[in-house]
Amino acid sequence: MAKLIAAIRFIVGALALAFMVATVTPVPVSAQGGPTAATSEQQLMQQLKGGVIRGDVTIPDKKAANLIHPAGRNWQTFNTVTMKWIGGIAILGMVALLVIFYLWRGTMKIEGGRSGRTIVRFNGFERFVHWLTASTFIVLGITGLNITFGRVLLLPWMGPEAFSTWSEWAKYTHNYLSFAFTIGVVLVFLIWIGQNFPTAADIEWLKAGGGMGKGGGHAPAWKFNAGQKLLYWFIVLGGAAMIISGYMLMFPFYYGMGIGDMELAEVFHGVVGVLFIALILAHIYLGTFGMEGAFEAMSEGTVDLNWAKEHHPLWVEEEMGSKGAGSARTQPAE
Amino acid sequence: MARMKFLCDADRCIECNACVTACKNENEVPWGINRRRVVTLNDGKPGERSVSMACMHCTDAPCAAVCPVNCIYTTADAVVLHNKDLCIGCGYCFYACPFGAPQYPKVGNFGSRGKMDKCTYCAGGPEADGSKEEFEKYGANRLAEGKLPLCAEMCSTKALLAGDSDIIAQIYKERVKTRGYGSGAWGWQTAYHESIAT
Repeated sequence: MAKLIAAIRFIVGALALAFMVATVTPVPVSAQGGPTAATSEQQLMQQLKGGVIRGDVTIPDKKAANLIHPAGRNWQTFNTVTMKWIGGIAILGMVALLVIFYLWRGTMKIEGGRSGRTIVRFNGFERFVHWLTASTFIVLGITGLNITFGRVLLLPWMGPEAFSTWSEWAKYTHNYLSFAFTIGVVLVFLIWIGQNFPTAADIEWLKAGGGMGKGGGHAPAWKFNAGQKLLYWFIVLGGAAMIISGYMLMFPFYYGMGIGDMELAEVFHGVVGVLFIALILAHIYLGTFGMEGAFEAMSEGTVDLNWAKEHHPLWVEEEMGSKGAGSARTQPAE
Repeated sequence: MARMKFLCDADRCIECNACVTACKNENEVPWGINRRRVVTLNDGKPGERSVSMACMHCTDAPCAAVCPVNCIYTTADAVVLHNKDLCIGCGYCFYACPFGAPQYPKVGNFGSRGKMDKCTYCAGGPEADGSKEEFEKYGANRLAEGKLPLCAEMCSTKALLAGDSDIIAQIYKERVKTRGYGSGAWGWQTAYHESIAT
């Protein structure tokens, strides 16, 4: 027990320390005062350990009181080196994985073939919410990637003038579409939260590898399987992180935000953003040519009954059980 | 070619703000923007020092490195300039700058910051030297006329030095040697990865 407490204390302490190191807190130099106050740049830099050297100004713009903010140099390295590596590995790595997976597994067929009967999977409103979020996400993703990779990939062949014009429009599009995306994420959260709490079936699904291995094998699932639930929670929580950090950048210096806070917000926005894109690439693959009969769930709102029985057996039982076969919820194919 | 730098001798700066005024007047700086400002450390306490700060025209300039549209460039004199026609007002240079130099004419709501503005070392911009367009966008181009930035030229105590790195560093070293103290070349370590040994 004592060991456990010691371990917890260590973890909490380490987290607190990491947090303190991560947040670049401006130390007001004037507060140090006294005859021993540091008056040379070197002394101050040593005392502040990379923090902001801040004084007083007589002009109205109090932000100008930050004299030196050395962390800008680290942020430079992050953007010119680290961010490009993270983004490149996450996105190209995911594309490579999906290609390998496709070559190995091929399109996952409906094993029993099409039954000719369909069942309603997503109603009109659900599909509207999905496509609202999806379409804005794609535009936000492309215009966001432009900020990190455009200078390297597009600028050389577009030329400076055309690239600047495109980037300025991309920036405005990114900023304004964020509101539609925010509405989309909030609605996604609200309409599907009921079906996204973990259940016992999720453990079985994960143990069976989602039935994605060769030769299928079946994994139980309600309306959403464990993989979809993980995706749901990433969209809700990751989406919230993107929205909050994005608005921090769109409204600079609000609520006492310092430049260090905005730098952190940008780092966060970039890293979560590329992970988000990588995850959605996998989602798009599985929803289109990765799996037969999946795309119609979001295009027409109905799926083949055999598809539903194979991938979401518990959900079908629930639907059929409560409504009865041949009820209004299922309909013969025309 | 010379390696142009600024050096503020904080032991001489009397916080008169003449450099700030000179800059605004010479370059007709947009309202609300301070290309140069004077920051006082330990104000009213023992060890008070004032430092006049603007764009330091960094070596391996962070603003230029992070600009998504590559509109910031370094001239043969090592002056960091930018092209307002290409700037998209994204704010990245302003996050990267260790000296708070890049500023925007608009408040910044919804990302509409306007074109970035900063100290040009009185060296204008990419337009033809001394042209009307250059003056309207960037202010004076004194460097093309063989003159140094006005802020340093008219500093009453000669605290703010502008010119070739070797020359101003030598002047500063001699001062420190003569008077016996000096608080260092403020910002040099961060901007140029080097300091002046005194």
